[in-house]
Amino acid sequence: MALALINGHLIDPASGISEPMDLVIADGKIREIGRGLRADETLDLEGLVVCPGLVDIQVHFREPGFESKETIASGSRAAAAGGVTSVVMMPNTNPPIDNSGILELVTRRIAATACVRVYSTACATKGRKGEEITEMADLKAAGAVAVTDDGNDIASSAVMRRVLEYAAMVGLPYFAHCQDEALSEGGAMNEGYTATRLGIPGISREAEDIRVDRNIRLAMLAGAHIHIQHISTAGAIEIVRQAKKRGARVTAETAPHYFSLTDEAADQFNTNAKMYPPLRGPEDIETIIAGIQDGTIDNIATDHAPHTATEKNVEFQYAPFGIIGLETMLAVTMTYLVKPGHVTLEKAIELMTTGPARVCGLPAGTIAPETPADLCVFDPNATWTVTRNDLASKSHNTPYLGKTLQGRVRYTFCGGNLVYQCP
Amino acid sequence: MTVGMTGTQWNRKDLVAIADLSREEIELILDTTPQFVAVSRRASGIKKVPLLQGRLVVLWFHEPSTRTRSSFELAAKRLSADTLAIAASSSSSVKGETLHDTLANIEAMTADIIVIRHSCAGAAHLLAASHASHIINAGDGRHEHPTQALLDCFTLREATRKRLGNPQAGLDGVRIAIIGDIAHSRVARSNIHAFRKLGAEITVCGPSTLLPAHIERMGARVTTCLRQALEDVDAIYALRLQLERQSSGLFPSIREYVRLFRIDEESLKWAPDHAVVMHPGPINRDVELSTSVADSPRSLILRQVTNGVATRMAVMHLLANSPAASGHTPS
Repeated sequence: MALALINGHLIDPASGISEPMDLVIADGKIREIGRGLRADETLDLEGLVVCPGLVDIQVHFREPGFESKETIASGSRAAAAGGVTSVVMMPNTNPPIDNSGILELVTRRIAATACVRVYSTACATKGRKGEEITEMADLKAAGAVAVTDDGNDIASSAVMRRVLEYAAMVGLPYFAHCQDEALSEGGAMNEGYTATRLGIPGISREAEDIRVDRNIRLAMLAGAHIHIQHISTAGAIEIVRQAKKRGARVTAETAPHYFSLTDEAADQFNTNAKMYPPLRGPEDIETIIAGIQDGTIDNIATDHAPHTATEKNVEFQYAPFGIIGLETMLAVTMTYLVKPGHVTLEKAIELMTTGPARVCGLPAGTIAPETPADLCVFDPNATWTVTRNDLASKSHNTPYLGKTLQGRVRYTFCGGNLVYQCP
Repeated sequence: MTVGMTGTQWNRKDLVAIADLSREEIELILDTTPQFVAVSRRASGIKKVPLLQGRLVVLWFHEPSTRTRSSFELAAKRLSADTLAIAASSSSSVKGETLHDTLANIEAMTADIIVIRHSCAGAAHLLAASHASHIINAGDGRHEHPTQALLDCFTLREATRKRLGNPQAGLDGVRIAIIGDIAHSRVARSNIHAFRKLGAEITVCGPSTLLPAHIERMGARVTTCLRQALEDVDAIYALRLQLERQSSGLFPSIREYVRLFRIDEESLKWAPDHAVVMHPGPINRDVELSTSVADSPRSLILRQVTNGVATRMAVMHLLANSPAASGHTPS
């Protein structure tokens, strides 16, 4: 049975298409792209945009180990609700994904429970301890798409160098969460006026910048591909920009909250505005947007980090770092990048499709005949106010609750299956 | 209900932060305080009023404290309230019980006013927002210590009125230097807010390693030079130096701290003769304050302690009679 998606505006960054176009889906694949197409069934998408299913290369699905926060099943539903059809999970589970046995277990859970395409990274060092390198070749064979110690930036520069050399040999990118923990120790939010007023220990921008610089330099030394995760500072943008000019194999991402919110969101001790790296200032937002415009930033990723209400409803200092983001990624990007005219709609889609897919070589992010029908259909003009009911994640820790955003996902297809439909 | 001289009414359920208060609300508390100073000085010797008779005031201290806890306890007793002291470990997670759960248990004993001290900034705020009882913040991490600021404002206003011979004088234009570890001090933060709201001019001074980022945006002039800080001041507020800051590498030695930042007879020469000296206590004698200055007539330190009880009586009285909703206290 074939389904025709008609009267929508198709945007496919890979082929450069941005015009009214119909699609026919059959057997889970795109059968045809063109005008005036019809099939057994028809879905009229007048006024809506059809683009490749979005790709988010930094999510935490907490399984195994922290299933009260999220599971692969619930996380993938959150992805579907956000128009996201391919995600890359971080390995900070319990046990951590640091050997192929655990990765095979996770892969089985994905096959059994996920409604979108779920990929996994693997740890770069055993137990994410920053000491001994993992069996990266074995992990790659088992399906890992990158190596990373996630929230633990490897403290020893010597170990980091070996990790990067080994990852380069194996052919996996290193995903770098950059933070100098000795410098940021005890910090819970951006060092600045808001932290001073609240009496919360601060995390300086330099704690991030210093490690962005170190990690890129070591990657160049090792000939490795390094991917700088969730940039939050103006300084890091400048470092990546210069490194790209010098020819480093560096890619970089930012998250929707780093171009839409400042540290003032943590005022009143709002633990749903506590994440690592922390929200910064307006001048950082300005530079991050410039970095998005000039290609310093390759992709947007959410760092979807679910925590239960009980865990977040405590003293600010004790609350875990992290917020969820899958359900709101597209709308926050539309509201804070596209609507004010910082980037075109096409560029925004690229940052959430081909951009991230290229970073770790995922077969995703494009629309072409005979490829799987992974599609995001959204209304670029609809405004909505985020409520708990809009969140498919098990957790609701987002600073966008109660905020009005523009751009609403209407349908998500993964492999031709309708995995989300806006109620 | 207590109405201030300007017609201000107290409408808050809690006292969490000076930052939340208007100038009028601060003045209402200061103007409510003298009647409680008078209670403590009664010629009859019966230093007690029945304003909170039958009410329960819980003193819930997650950090060791002798002086603030005693001051609150005495304030509650002089208002005829029952008191219950709960000492807790500073980390709720250690016990496996959340702050909300512990408070729910305390409230189940029908407490009316909860006085909480906690090592985490925002603890009082967290509780005030979601519980019915009146919350008084007795110090939360580095954030705020509002009753300390109120008693300091009351004490300095009292001294200023005496000095100027003007019983209506306020703190407008009064120049205050706060000296010491600003970064870790909730007293500094609450006092900057309170003094600024009352129109005073503030200079903060301390080692560069103990000055937090952008403190100037709170409305304070910033300097690391004690001499500069003390020129033309009307009041010098020395903060207690937590001696463990030295071992964590924030300054090289007590000796050098003393050399650069101690308020003593030598450094006092930089200040005008009328300048008074204050300190939140307890003093590290001869570290931030020399013995000779601490014990001199310029020191308001013991007035601060006396006024502290009266100020806290005023705060509890206002909260208990606030029209703002409370689960247990009829308004």
